[in-house]
Amino acid sequence: MSSNQTDVVFFDENGLRTDQRKPDEIRPMKIKIGVLSRANGSCYLEWGANKVIAAVYGPREAHPRRMQLAGKAVIRYRYNMQSFSVEDRARPGPSRRSSEISKVSREAFEPVIFSDAYPKAAIDIFVEVLQADAGTRTAAINAASLALVDAGIPMRGLISACAAGKVGGKIVLDLNKPEDNYGEADLPIAMTEDGKITLIQMDGHLTPSEFEEAMELVQKGCRRVLEIQKAALMEKYASIMDDEEDEDEIGSENGAEDEIGADDEADEDDEGLIEFSSVDESDAQEEDFDEVTDEMVEAFVNRVSETLAKDISSLIREYEVGGSEADVDLADGLFDDDINICIRDADLKEIDELITKMEDEDDDFDDEDCEDEETDIFVITAEDDTDVEEADVEESDVDDIDEEDGEENEDAEEEDGEEFEYDDEDEDDEEE
Amino acid sequence: MPGEVLSALKRDFIHNLIVEGKRADGRGFLEMRDITVLTNVISKAEGSAYVKYGETKVLVGIKLQKGTPFPDSPKEGIIMTGMELNPLASPDFEAGPPREEAIEMSRIVDRGIRESKSIDLGKLCIREGELVWMVFVDISVINDAGNLVDASCLGSIAALMTTVIPKDDANGFPSIPMPMRNTPVGVTVVSIDNTLILDPSMDEESLCDTKLTVITDKEGALSGMQKSGSGPLSPAAVLEMVNLARDRAAELRERYISNLSIRS
Repeated sequence: MSSNQTDVVFFDENGLRTDQRKPDEIRPMKIKIGVLSRANGSCYLEWGANKVIAAVYGPREAHPRRMQLAGKAVIRYRYNMQSFSVEDRARPGPSRRSSEISKVSREAFEPVIFSDAYPKAAIDIFVEVLQADAGTRTAAINAASLALVDAGIPMRGLISACAAGKVGGKIVLDLNKPEDNYGEADLPIAMTEDGKITLIQMDGHLTPSEFEEAMELVQKGCRRVLEIQKAALMEKYASIMDDEEDEDEIGSENGAEDEIGADDEADEDDEGLIEFSSVDESDAQEEDFDEVTDEMVEAFVNRVSETLAKDISSLIREYEVGGSEADVDLADGLFDDDINICIRDADLKEIDELITKMEDEDDDFDDEDCEDEETDIFVITAEDDTDVEEADVEESDVDDIDEEDGEENEDAEEEDGEEFEYDDEDEDDEEE
Repeated sequence: MPGEVLSALKRDFIHNLIVEGKRADGRGFLEMRDITVLTNVISKAEGSAYVKYGETKVLVGIKLQKGTPFPDSPKEGIIMTGMELNPLASPDFEAGPPREEAIEMSRIVDRGIRESKSIDLGKLCIREGELVWMVFVDISVINDAGNLVDASCLGSIAALMTTVIPKDDANGFPSIPMPMRNTPVGVTVVSIDNTLILDPSMDEESLCDTKLTVITDKEGALSGMQKSGSGPLSPAAVLEMVNLARDRAAELRERYISNLSIRS
C-alpha cells in the first residue's frame, strides 16, 4: 500500500466510490463456465475490469514422479499474469509475487478438495490473468473454484474469495484500482461455503476495531460471491438438463423453451422473461406421495431446477440489457459462444427473494437427488417420514472437516501495486 | 503438437478418411474452420486481438515501452515477438520457460512482421540514438486445438493494426496509430499422403510428417516461410503449397484484416 495521498478523493458527496459503488458493494461479475475444449474444466471470469481465465487438468498422472504423493493427489496451482495484462508490460514468467499468490491460493483449495481419492495423481489448476485491475488473486480463486466444479473434481464445497480494505479512513468492499493503489489497507480472504477461512492476507494499516469491521464486511462479500458462483453453475448445468429433457419430450412444452434447450450454445439474449410458477407443475406429483418413484423425483427435480435457473437467468439478462456496459466495457465477444452471467449486488436481492419464494412453495417435496447437483441454492425440505433430509446435507459434510481456519499469515507482506520489473536488455530476439 | 501421442487406431482412422477424400471434422481439404477476430479486448494493452480458429483460441496483446535503440539502427524502433504456451491451453504444455516449439512459432510470426516491413520502424523513433518505442507482441495461447501459427499470425497483425502509440509530451512525440505498411498473413499447409490440407486440426497436425507455413504480404510476395517437421517435401509440392497458401492468405486478409481500423 502506498502512503495515503491526500489529493485522491475516494468518495463523492453521496458517499459513493469512484466507480459509483456503495462502500459494501462488489463490482459486477461476469462468468462463463466451460470455455476451453482441451481442459477438463474451465471458467472465464470478469470482475470489474479484471479478466481471468482458469483451467483445471486432472486428476492425471503426477509428473515428474517425485511430486507424487502416496496417499493423495498433489494439487498444483499456477497464478500467472499475461505480460499485456497490466499498464507497464510485465516480464513473462513467474515473479516473486505470482509464486507467493500461487502458493497461498493452492492452500486455499486444499481443504475442500477430496484429494485422498486420487493417490499419486495431480490436479492442476492454472489461472491466467488477461487483464488486471486490482483484486486479481480473488478473481482467480473464484474462477478456479468454478473450473474445478466444471472438471468434476469432488469437493466439499465451493471456495469464494473477496477483498476488503481501507480507503480514505473508511472500510470498503472489493477495492478497485485507484483504491488499491492509494488506499491504506487491503484484506483479501477466501472462504469455504460454511464460512471457514482458507486464505487470508493483509497489508497496510488497520486498527483492531477496523480489522473487525473489515472481517465482517469481507465475509459478507464472500457470501455474495458464492451466490453468484452458484447462479453461474445453475445457468451452465440447467441448460444441459434442458438438453436431456428435450430429447425425451420434444415439442411437449412451449416451443420457445424447447428451442433454447436444444441449443446448448444458444445466446440466451432473445429469451423473454419466463413467468415463474412451480405450482401447476407440481400438481401431478402431489397425488400420491407413497408411490413416488425415483424417476418421478428426478423428473421433478429437473423441472424445478430448470425453471429456477431460467428465472435467474432472465433476471440476469434483464440486468444485462439494463446497462452493464458502463462497468464491464469490453470483450463481450470473448467466449461469446458460452454461457454468460453478469450479476450485480442489487440483483442478488431479487434472486434471494425468488429463492425464498421457491422454498415456500416447495416445502412439501422430498428429494434426495438435489444434493449431488450443487443445487442447494434452493433448499427443499423433506416431510416424508422415511428420509428426513435437509438439502443442506452438504453443509454438514463440510462441517466435519475442520481445517485450522486460523491460518494467520497476516505477515504476508505483499505489494499489490503490480510492480513489474522492466526487462531492459530484452529478449535478444532482434533478427539476425 | 509434436510430441502428442496419437493412438495408432486414431492415426489409421484419420489416414483412411483422407484416402477416401474426407476429414474427421467433415471439412473439405482446403476448408478452414470458422474464424473469429476480435480486437481491443484488453484495455490495459495498447493493442489487442482475440482470434479463434474453431476451438483454437489465441490472445495477442501489444505493449509499448520506451527504450534505447540498437547501435546499428539508431533511428528505428524495436519490435519483439514472444509466445507463451500457457499450460491451461493444452495437457501437453507445461509451465516454465518457452520451449523450442513456442520459440519457433513466435519467430515465424516475428519474421512475417519484420521481413514484410509491416511496421515503419523509422516512425517509432523518439530521439535519434537515444530513445525509441519498443513494440512487444505477446502471443498467449488460450486453447490449442491445432494450427496455432496461423492464428498467431492473424492475431498479431490484427492487434498491431488497432494499436495506438501513446503521446510522449516530454519528448514532443504525438500519439499516432501504429505505422503499418503491410499486412502479412500466414497460412500453414500440411501434406498427408500427398494430399494437401489447410488449417490442420490437432490430430491432423500430429499425424502429418511435415507442415509448411507460408507468410505472404499484401502484394502476394513471400515474406517468411518455415518447414516444420521431419518429413521431406518435393520441390513441386513446395511450389504447390506456396500457391495454395498465398491465395488463401489473400482471402483471409480481405475478410479479417482489411476492415480493421483504430477504435475512435
